[in-house]
Amino acid sequence: MSGTDALLEVKDLRIDIVSGSNRHNAVENVSFTIGRGETFGLVGESGCGKSITALAMIGLLRRPLAISGGSIRFKGQDLLELSAREMRRLRGNRIAMIFQEPMTALNPLSPVGRQIAEMFVLHQGATWQEAEKKAIEALASVQVPAPDQRVKNYPHQMSGGMRQRVMIAIALACDPDLLIADEPTTALDVTVQAEILKLMQELCDARGTAVLMISHDLGVIAKMCRRVGVMYAGHMAEERPVADVFRTPAHPYTKGLLSSLPRLGSRGSHGRKRLQEIEGVVPSIADFPAGCRFEPRCERATAVCANQKPAEIDLGNDGFVRCFHHE
Amino acid sequence: MGLRLNLVIGGVLCVLIIGAAILAPWLAHFNPIMDADLMNAELPPDGQFWFGTDSQGRDVFTRILYGAQVSLTVGIGSQLINTTIGLILGISAGYFGGWWDDLVNGLTNLMLSIPSLIFALAIMAILGPGLASLLIALGLTNWSWTCRIARSSTLSLKSQGYVQAAKTLGYGDGRIMATQILPNMIGPVLVIATLGMGDAILAEAALSYLGLGIRPPQPSWGNMLTDARELIVIAPWAAIFPGVAIFLTVLGLNLFGDGLRDWLDPHMRTRKA
Repeated sequence: MSGTDALLEVKDLRIDIVSGSNRHNAVENVSFTIGRGETFGLVGESGCGKSITALAMIGLLRRPLAISGGSIRFKGQDLLELSAREMRRLRGNRIAMIFQEPMTALNPLSPVGRQIAEMFVLHQGATWQEAEKKAIEALASVQVPAPDQRVKNYPHQMSGGMRQRVMIAIALACDPDLLIADEPTTALDVTVQAEILKLMQELCDARGTAVLMISHDLGVIAKMCRRVGVMYAGHMAEERPVADVFRTPAHPYTKGLLSSLPRLGSRGSHGRKRLQEIEGVVPSIADFPAGCRFEPRCERATAVCANQKPAEIDLGNDGFVRCFHHE
Repeated sequence: MGLRLNLVIGGVLCVLIIGAAILAPWLAHFNPIMDADLMNAELPPDGQFWFGTDSQGRDVFTRILYGAQVSLTVGIGSQLINTTIGLILGISAGYFGGWWDDLVNGLTNLMLSIPSLIFALAIMAILGPGLASLLIALGLTNWSWTCRIARSSTLSLKSQGYVQAAKTLGYGDGRIMATQILPNMIGPVLVIATLGMGDAILAEAALSYLGLGIRPPQPSWGNMLTDARELIVIAPWAAIFPGVAIFLTVLGLNLFGDGLRDWLDPHMRTRKA
């Protein structure tokens, strides 16, 4: 996926944590491309830089975090060159975002209909009257029953699943080109989770909205995405079509992630099989290894891994891996 | 219904007192200033002088009605000024932080370190007595608590999910402050504002008592108390009734403020529905 039909092109993105004269690297050399209408997944464990990568894309990184290299092109326009005002017009309008916590992402003092309506007022210059009407339609589109009654509800009168539907309605209100979903279903029950994912998929397919799905849940990624990027400690370990990643993981970290998924009914020679794990923990940002960041935990690590950063190795079929000893 | 009781009692008291102030010319049978008659001085309450008369034979009831105009104007007006100043400074300081926050904090600490009555006294001394200068003096000297509360609420609200979400949805700073932050701190601010109205009425009484507020013979509850001080043993009604008027007004405003806060909170409102 490249060339003219790319919606979002992130190239060699580098994000640093700057505090006084100290500078630690949080995200380095992250590149990916999302085509129009495509759903791209970003997986990794907590603290690997998924969420700050997303925040960088909507220009909301705050001190001590700062973008210190690379480019983010949205519809051919470099977002890093936009003024604060132009960036604000883009947010919620062309690039929208939904969050992990539907419980806290809605203003508790405002009826949900008004919160949806505010998007039309803010970005499309609608009058409140028109906006309230559109809000009912928007609520209907996310399959909330009796939307004309529900618009008057306050967030605390709704369940978690309902609130996440409202969040989706708000995010999709202005028909954005890109929806960033930061762990949108983590806080929800499994059954509700499936409904919400299905709803998101249907709505985005129908409108041609591209989705950047951020998750630590490989199941969600497998269900939703065509291509996936696996992040580890601020590096993109591997980026390939979802099917390839699950069938033949190339990076040892991806392999470790997949084998640490519990499987129902799996048995070893002595009855129940022990769940696999990746030895060790993610290094803290202050002492990332000089070479490959996965090297201290990697079973395939050799001398070269400790000293040199692996480059992107093209695996064909629109995928690459960053590893000296990939499979 | 326990919740609504505050609102109802407070509301009724406020309406009665505001109504009395507005309708004073029609409710009173006497002129508050001109109907002085030393022959009737210090009469206890009776059918003609409902609340008795003061040392100059003026009807206390009439003077309380006219005094309400001054006291309410000062109480409500000065608190409106205070709350507006406190909210603007506090919210912007908490929201933007940095040097502006430091400046506002310094100013707040300065205001808190000077007793507000002394400060008001100084302003009154410069502006001279009168209703307008009372409003200015009391309106500029009592915003520090509102500012403190607004700033600390803003700091904690800033990290709330919905304020963060509003940013990602393209809300501007002004819109975030007006629609996300301000409504969510209205409870404590309302309580402080209504408590402050009571304080302002008492401060007006104090300033009038010191001769810097409303000039006699114009009635205000404060200078009625001043006049009655010397007669407290002979004619206690001249002091009791203005005192009761102040008490009821402050009580009414506080109850109304509490009730309003509960009523504005959708959690409380929908619990009964």
